Amino acid sequence: MTYILIIIGAIFVNNIVLSKFLGICPFLGVSKKISTAVGMTGAVTFVMTIATIVTWLLQKYVLLKFDIEYLQTITFILVIAALVQMVEIVLKKVSPPLYQALGIFLPLITTNCAVLGVAILAATSKDFGLMESTVFAIANAIGFGLALIIFSGIREQLEFSDVPEYMKGAPLALIVAGILALAFMGFAALA
Amino acid sequence: MSKLKILSKGFIKENPVFVMLLGMCPALGTTTSAENGIGMGLATLFVLVMSNIVVSLVKNFIPDKVRIPSYIVIIATFVTIVDLVLHAYVPDLYKALGLFIPLIVVNCVVLGRAEAFASKNNVLDSAIDGLGMGIGFTFALTLLGAVREIIGSGRVFGVNLHLYQSDGMLVFILAPGAFIALGFIIAIVNKLSKKPAQ
Repeated sequence: MTYILIIIGAIFVNNIVLSKFLGICPFLGVSKKISTAVGMTGAVTFVMTIATIVTWLLQKYVLLKFDIEYLQTITFILVIAALVQMVEIVLKKVSPPLYQALGIFLPLITTNCAVLGVAILAATSKDFGLMESTVFAIANAIGFGLALIIFSGIREQLEFSDVPEYMKGAPLALIVAGILALAFMGFAALA
Repeated sequence: MSKLKILSKGFIKENPVFVMLLGMCPALGTTTSAENGIGMGLATLFVLVMSNIVVSLVKNFIPDKVRIPSYIVIIATFVTIVDLVLHAYVPDLYKALGLFIPLIVVNCVVLGRAEAFASKNNVLDSAIDGLGMGIGFTFALTLLGAVREIIGSGRVFGVNLHLYQSDGMLVFILAPGAFIALGFIIAIVNKLSKKPAQ
């Protein structure tokens, strides 16, 4: 039951992009085409899940154990940066087709604040064990993907609309994102 | 480039939020009020100036291949300082900004300036550049926070403007209002600068 609550909460009620404002850069940056949005979602899911598991273990067995929690920001970002590199190298060797699909998105993920944000949220939450944190990370990645893919679908249509010159690009995208966020607020009743 | 030009370009011509569209996460996430906007802006300003200075000082000792991880460590150090100082002296602000304080480390403005400016220029220019960008970022966040607060609740900086008889448009304080308000501000900036968007 708690897992279902975590999943619904992370995907719909507190959507990571539309209500927590994490990962806005890729949300605006790679949402021009549905195909790139799908690729980015895959890469984020992959890295976010592994990063959350590793940082959770690190928090529990190193930072808390030796009472050096103030090093959290530095260690987490280093772990994520190293992890992204490692995932890239391993994917290249083990699964070239997957590497081909996710390749260009992987380096971008280091500076995706959604990954660090979810890692910190999971590690500092008092009632998340390893299993809950993993589920939380996967659910957040799905939430990110859902928002990104819906948004890129809308943006593909927007290309054909005739809007004032100064509204083109970012302003219109932001306002559309606002309306999408408004729609997602309707899910609040689920919690 | 003259010192004044370096300082002023971050404010208007290359404003990180309104023109370059960097650092959108904190810009949207922390601006529920003008005060929070200022707090987040100043925290980022400190990290920007300090990391620009240090990156500029050590730029000749860092091998090119590992420069990005090194910059991230330098930035993370100053973010940790900000985190501890805010926690100790302004606990209310610390609580309001929450997750976004450690997330300054992945703010593209900070890493972007380290890579694009501080790694190529001398210490003084880098410090001025950090200051200018930081002021521009603070200005953007304060403006966005003030707009959201005024429309959302009819008050700004704790002063009631008596715009509404009851509560005001709460949606502007909530998540959707952040996107919509920023979208319109950027549209106005585009219109004023007559610059076609890309």
